[in-house]
Parts: sequence; C-alpha cells; structure tokens
Amino acid sequence: MAYEQIPDFTFIGQDSNLVTNATFSGKAYVADFFFTSCPTICPIMTRNMLKIYERFQDSTQLLLLSHTIDPKRDTVGRLHQYAHNLGVSSDKWFFVTGNKDDIYEIADDYFNVVIEDPTLPAGFDHSGRLVLVDPQKHIRAYCQGTDSVAVEKFMEDIETLLDEI
Amino acid sequence: MRSNLILFLFLLSFFLFDCESQPHRQGQILYQNFCANCHMDDGSGLAGNIPPLAQSDYVSQNQGQLACIIRNGMEGQVVVNGKTYQNPMAGIPQLSEFEIANILNYINQAWENDYGYLPLKTVRENLERCKQ
Repeated sequence: MAYEQIPDFTFIGQDSNLVTNATFSGKAYVADFFFTSCPTICPIMTRNMLKIYERFQDSTQLLLLSHTIDPKRDTVGRLHQYAHNLGVSSDKWFFVTGNKDDIYEIADDYFNVVIEDPTLPAGFDHSGRLVLVDPQKHIRAYCQGTDSVAVEKFMEDIETLLDEI
Repeated sequence: MRSNLILFLFLLSFFLFDCESQPHRQGQILYQNFCANCHMDDGSGLAGNIPPLAQSDYVSQNQGQLACIIRNGMEGQVVVNGKTYQNPMAGIPQLSEFEIANILNYINQAWENDYGYLPLKTVRENLERCKQ
C-alpha cells in the first residue's frame, strides 16, 4: 500500500532563497500555515512552534516550515523581519511565501484548511494544525497548534520519529 | 447557634478568598477573549513581534494612552523594555468604556504588575482625548 506523500513544492524563504522539497531532503520537519498580521490563533501557534524550535534546536534532523497564507502582505522582507524578531536561525526555521494558489493547495496536503473570508476581521479562515513530516514526505503526526497540552504530546511524537531516522 | 456560626464563617470565606483572588473577573474574561491571542495568557507577548504587557515599562508609563490603544489600535514603532516592536495592533471598537476600564485594571494588577487603579472617570477622559 502506498501512503500519501507531500507533493514537490517551490517557495521563497525569508532570505530570498528558494525553499523546495529538496531543502528537507533526509530530514523531518514540522509545517504550519499562518500570517504575520493574524490577530487570532497564529501568535499562539507561533509561540508553540518556537517551543518546538527551542527544544530541538540542536537536532540537525528536524527543521521547521511556516507558510504564509497572506502572500500579498507577507512579503519576503516582512517574513525576514518576523523571523529575525523571533531570533530564530534561517537555516532551521523557514518562513515561506509563494504563489497563493500553490500555498492554498499544499495546505490541503498538510491536512490544513485555508479559506479567504473577507467577512472575518483578519480576512482568512484557517485551521491551526502543526504537522510532522518524515524524510519520506509522509505525515507522521499532527496536533492543534493552539493547544499546549497537545503540542507537548506532539513533541514526544517528534522525539520518537527522530530516534527512528 | 453553632450552625449559624459555621454558616457565617462559610459565607465569610467567600469574601475572604473569592474576592481576594479574583478582583478583576470581568476584565480577566475580556482579556482572554480580546487580548490573549496575541499578548498571551501570561502577558508575555510573542518574542520580538508582540510586546509584553507583563512587567512592561510601556504599560506602566503610558497609563493615559492605553484606553485609546485598545479602542483604536496602534501603528508604527513602539519601544517596550528596550526592544522595538513594529507590528500594527488592531483596535477593538466594540468595547464599552466600562469594559476597557475593566481590562486595564486587570492588566494593571495581573502577572505581578503593580500599576495602580484607573477609575472609570479617568478612562472616560482618556477616551475623550483620542476622539479628537
């Protein structure tokens, strides 16, 4: 039986670098979807991503990938500033933008729903899942990124996967 | 007689413990609904991107501006505890004067902040100023 894989992708990272599926070759990574001006769930998700970053800072086997769902406003410059403000390394945690349709389409592959909804204060409706992908591009775990108890468990799943690779 | 005394002590305990530990209940609920997504439950903000409200020199020193910031939001650079922040904050225009006062008085004493008490009258005057 063949399991679903994350399809190939090409995005632009916060250092104006190309970020593709090859960037994550041989590594596991945690992916999420957010935008910098998000007043609802994103800051809490990002804070939990930061927790993951800090816990696995020394592991060369784990990377992080945050996609903006607001490529119009989240330019490379803005993503660069955001990552810089968080104080994270740009070869460990990638903040990417790209073609809007590509981002919305791949969100679906990561079990995330992203919908533009102008009636909402921020203009977007999206689910806040953090998703763990293994080196073979299979999804191995996910959790609600706003739920700190779930995120704790998720980090144990990451440990388990890292022991395996 | 004895049971009356027990009842009295029981009721007294509500005042002693409940009111003491929860002096700004509405403010806390409003904070959780309108502010905590960004500034977090513990008032610590988000590293480098969203400023802290807990142990914040800006909150302590700009008491007169806070009501207008909640109502109208904020843009441009702001320096908090020596760090510069520049992400805009959206205002929350639907909050009443009373609700804003409750949020501010919650923030002023939460997380070991000790920034005093803002009477409704003061908050109302501060809000008048930002209308102009």
